[in-house]
Parts: sequence; structure tokens; C-alpha cells
Amino acid sequence: MTMETIHALLRERFGEAIGEWPPPETGDPWIGVKAEAYHDVARFLRDDPALKFDYLRLVSAVDWMGSSGAESAERLSSVLHLYSFARDHEVTIAVDLPRDAARLASVADLWPAANWHEREAYDMMGIVYEGHPDLRRILLPEDWEGHPLRKDYVQPEEYHGIPNV
Amino acid sequence: MDKSDNNPPQTAEQMLRAAVQDPRDLTRYLTYLNTIKSEGLSTSVMVVPLDAAINWARASSIWPLTFGLACCAIEMMAVGASRFDLDRFGAGAFRPTPRQADLMIVAGTVTYKMMPRVKRLYEQMPEPKFVMAMGACTVGGGPYCKFGYHVVKGIDRFIPVDVYVPGCPPRPEALIDALLALQRKIATGRPIIERYAKPAGGGKDGGAQ
Repeated sequence: MTMETIHALLRERFGEAIGEWPPPETGDPWIGVKAEAYHDVARFLRDDPALKFDYLRLVSAVDWMGSSGAESAERLSSVLHLYSFARDHEVTIAVDLPRDAARLASVADLWPAANWHEREAYDMMGIVYEGHPDLRRILLPEDWEGHPLRKDYVQPEEYHGIPNV
Repeated sequence: MDKSDNNPPQTAEQMLRAAVQDPRDLTRYLTYLNTIKSEGLSTSVMVVPLDAAINWARASSIWPLTFGLACCAIEMMAVGASRFDLDRFGAGAFRPTPRQADLMIVAGTVTYKMMPRVKRLYEQMPEPKFVMAMGACTVGGGPYCKFGYHVVKGIDRFIPVDVYVPGCPPRPEALIDALLALQRKIATGRPIIERYAKPAGGGKDGGAQ
């Protein structure tokens, strides 16, 4: 099933919560989803017999700061990459979140693999996944301040006496 | 080239006398030993300054710590394996505990999170101990020097480094070269003389403890 077909399916079921096709940015296609509908869409993608997305490839995140367009600059995206071994098709779901209050439902209850991926997205980008069973930093030390892959991140001068220059 | 090369020693006794002049240079002892061996004399008794004997023992059986942090460790493993075979130089016995190791090859990117652990491992090693900074990251932060928010910009800020090995990652030959450089450095040490001939409190890194 192509991503356009999947988009039509989702649009039919979830209506306005699903973004337009084709997506505005160029590059690999993705389906935009509103944050409120995200968890329901994810569950539908996993459980629908025609879709059967049984494999979570990746949860990643994008910081749009500095990109062209005023409204796009003030958002983060949480991106879900899914694949179906049963149907041999794939889909990419992107959810736009405000930079200052990036909160999104966790899908770790649907795909256990999302657990560590979401912890990484939280660690690096500061996206808070609500309902996550164990949302701690995964790479950086627990007492780290800030989320270093955000584009407005400022490096601290030192960390526990280790200078940064 | 010093004077003795103009007038090379002929007999075993002359060779031994020449060797005693500089206890740090083992090659003269080896010449002496080879000579008396070729003459069919017994080599069961050796006369060697203690400094040279200790240096020889230390340099010939450097036990590295099994310790890899990133891609450099892959090269280090290659050096330990059959193709490059670090055991040829007596340094193939990688120890799983710092308490049995003489050499820490810091192979890979040292992050802020890892630095206290690296330091602790170094402190757990018994004297005499040596450190090799392998690869650009440990030497000075490497590719993470400017924008790496989490990488220590050179481990020599926290632990003393004996040999620096540049490269990203260094070739196995470079690591072998570094080991030979370390052996040369060990051979120049005078552990006994430093231990007993120096005034109290004048200890130096690398000396006998």
C-alpha cells in the first residue's frame, strides 16, 4: 500500500486530524497528524487488518527553528516511522508540537520499541511523552541541563569541572 | 654515536664494561649476551644493572587494560588479533581489571559522562602505569572539538598521557609504533636510581614506587 493510499484511509477515518496530501515540505513523504489524535491513529495503524503496522522502526524528532516560514520556525516535530512485515509497506507520521510546550502521547504501550526511542527524543529534544512508563534521559547524565539537539541550545561552560573549550 | 662506536669492544668483558657505562641502553647487553652465547659460554649468570633489568622487564611485558570506548577500539582489537599481533611485543595480555594492567589505551571518544570512570580506572591501576591517548578524540576532542557538547577536549586535562597517537582512527601500525615509543620511554627510566639517589619527596612519574 502506498503512503498516499494510507493517507486516504486515515483521512476517511480521522478526518481533519490528518494533514493534507501531499505534505508541504519536499523530500520523503509523511502524513501530518494532530497531537490529540496521534495515539488513536497509531493504534489504528497497528491494529487495522489492512494496515497491520507491526514494526516500529524509529521515533525521531525535528527542530524547525531557522527554517523558512514564520509559523514553521516555532515548532518541533515528533516523527514516527512504521513498517509492516505482514503487508510490506511503510508509513511516516509527523506531529507538530509547539516548541515551548512539546507534549505528546507515548506509543510505548503499542510498540515496546518506542520506549527507548522516546527517551532519546526526550533527552535530545525535550519532547515529553505522556504516559511513557519510564521517561528518563537515556544518553546524557541525569543531572544534565537542557536538551542539546535543540537549535537554541547553549553549551554550558563546564560540566562538573570538565571545561567545554 | 658515542666514542665506544669508534672503538667497538671485542671481548665479552669489554662488551660488558661498555654496557655498564649506560645502564639505560639494553642493546649493549644483548650484544654481550649474544657474543658469550656464540662463544659457547654459559649464559646462566648475567650481570646487569638493576635499572636496566627492571626496564627490560617492564617494557617487555606491558599488559594493557581491556578498555575500548568507540571506533578506535576496533583498531585496537585488530592490533591484538593475529594479523598485527601485539603479543610479538609482549603487550598482548589484555587484562580485564585495572589492578593487573600497566597500560591504559584510551581508545575512543571520552564523554563527560565517561570521564570520571576513565579517571577511576586510571587510579585503580598499580604503579608503574602508562597511558596512551589513542585517536583524535582523546588527544584533543577530535571532530567533536568545536560543536561536541558532551566530549572531553583531550584526556590529558585529567590524567597524564605518555604517548599520543593521532588518527581517526589510527591505523594498527600507528598503535604498534606508539607501543614501541612507549617501550623506548620505559627504557630511559631509571627506577632504582630515582628511588634511592634522589632526596626525599623528589619522586617522579614513572619511577619505582
